Amino acid sequence: MPGTVIRKTVAIGILFIALAILPHFLKYHHQDFLIFLVINVLVVVSYRLVTLTGEWSLIHAVMMGVGAYGSALLSKQAGLSFWISFPLAGGIAAIVAALLCFPLFRMTQFYFLIGSFAAGEAIRLSWIHFIKPFGGTSGISAIPSPELLDIDFLEPIPYFYLVLIIVTICLFLLFRIEKSRIGLTLHAVHWKASLAESIGVNTWNYRSLAFITGSFFVGLAGALKVHYIGTVTPKQFDIGFMVFILIWVIVGGYRTFYGAILGAVVLSVLDEMFREFNELRPAIYGAILIFSILYLPAGLESLPQRLKRVFGRKDRQMERT
Amino acid sequence: MELFLQSIVNGTIQSGFFALAAVGLVLIFGVMGVVNFAHGELVMVGAYTVWFLHAQHNTPFLITIVIAISLVTVIGMLMEKFLFRPMRDDPLGGLICSIGVLFILQVAATLVGGDGPSKQVPPPFEGTMVLFDFLRIPYQRLFSIAVSIAALGLLWHFLTHTKLGWALRAVSQDREAASLQGINSNRISMIAIAVGAAMAGLAGALMAPLTNINPHMGHNVIITAFIVTIVGGVGSLSGAVIASVLYALYHTFVTTYFNGTVATISGLLIMVLVLIIRPTGIMGHRVSE
Repeated sequence: MPGTVIRKTVAIGILFIALAILPHFLKYHHQDFLIFLVINVLVVVSYRLVTLTGEWSLIHAVMMGVGAYGSALLSKQAGLSFWISFPLAGGIAAIVAALLCFPLFRMTQFYFLIGSFAAGEAIRLSWIHFIKPFGGTSGISAIPSPELLDIDFLEPIPYFYLVLIIVTICLFLLFRIEKSRIGLTLHAVHWKASLAESIGVNTWNYRSLAFITGSFFVGLAGALKVHYIGTVTPKQFDIGFMVFILIWVIVGGYRTFYGAILGAVVLSVLDEMFREFNELRPAIYGAILIFSILYLPAGLESLPQRLKRVFGRKDRQMERT
Repeated sequence: MELFLQSIVNGTIQSGFFALAAVGLVLIFGVMGVVNFAHGELVMVGAYTVWFLHAQHNTPFLITIVIAISLVTVIGMLMEKFLFRPMRDDPLGGLICSIGVLFILQVAATLVGGDGPSKQVPPPFEGTMVLFDFLRIPYQRLFSIAVSIAALGLLWHFLTHTKLGWALRAVSQDREAASLQGINSNRISMIAIAVGAAMAGLAGALMAPLTNINPHMGHNVIITAFIVTIVGGVGSLSGAVIASVLYALYHTFVTTYFNGTVATISGLLIMVLVLIIRPTGIMGHRVSE
């Protein structure tokens, strides 16, 4: 057992170092892509925490926007530095999520899905409607970038390191949460809700806890994103983006921690490769989605096991003959 | 006062589209247990058919309506056959598949119509009926509401007065029990999605001359259909129709006196409220698990 832990730590370490060197070999345009990819990894992993209890919400993209708008307003209107507005962004998203728990978690399954969609659209349309703080459809622009010593965070490489460090810390925390007692209870709430209730687990509390924690982390991701681009608009967090989050998690495999990350990385890279097809891209995405749900319901992360099973069978047959 | 009455008239006409779009969503959800996220795109395809055949190629309007309905029905049936049927026991899987279809249909529309500005179809029925000197109803809108009412009436007759309609309602109430009675639930699902898609195609075709047509018009349609479905009570067709009328009137009034965004925001909030206070909607009844 300790052997696998060491092996895993080494593997993650190598991956981390590889990622840290990677941007130096990329073009400017691909460096941008890499930053968004790392942020999206945090988005999908935090979404997975919400789905652990078995409730698929459609508000996660909007919660990311809540963090983004929060941080943008705090740094522009209140003049706070990034280092203060960034953690506060997560806090704001968590508070909004906590308030939403009261209506949303009175529902389950289908109703929760639609209810979360409605609540999210209502928030997003409010950004469009209330031009005074939120800036309407054109949103808020000229959001200041972080300041630290003499580092120029407008350049992609320094910002990439910032994102990489923050996301790695967040992923570690999320991983610890899932493996903790709370995480195990969340699984129990999903698979055996009434049994969990019968032994005194308050399922409402745990559903809310997962939702609030997931929203906190995605709020951070939102702040990370807009402090790099410099603008925040309602369009960035519409149902289209939410659908992408869903697709990444489902195509990657929502049953494991790595599946969601795998989905986000593989599909984003594919999407980047299809860039020349431009207007056809959504259709390619749609087709991948349909095929993977029909033929690979457990996601990409089940692929190695499946292959192993197929080839394993061949080996055994060969042994027999 | 005149504005008030005009808003009532406009709202009533609007309710026809809402009802047609929502009824299909309710049918498909009721019988198959799938939330068809691509339903707005089915409406969009209906509208695009009219734009392409009528506005671009001068096919008579009435014929394009029939073609639009047929095309959308076929798309719906293909979705059932190849996507929803294999995913029968996995409602989330069905939902995800329908999102895939949504993307594909949007791209198809972009390929047919190009990426440019929204398209418009010149109304085939010109002229305006003027009542009491101030109420103005364009004949195009009059035609739309008449056809909507006729279609909903036909649907109601089908569901309550034919054997197939009874079977359909039976499956939506209890799939297993219906199967035990010898009802082929796969066949019924096929009929449900055909009828639902036909209604969506009709809604799109009727809407075409009265709205801006673009590949993303389905978004507003699906939001409206969700609101109407939830407020009316999931699985209740009569509830959906009543809610359509109420919501259309409400939406028209708020749009007239404030603006469209406020109307949609408050509509969504009403829906969330309904979900909290009366999750079964105005006409629904509690289904035990």
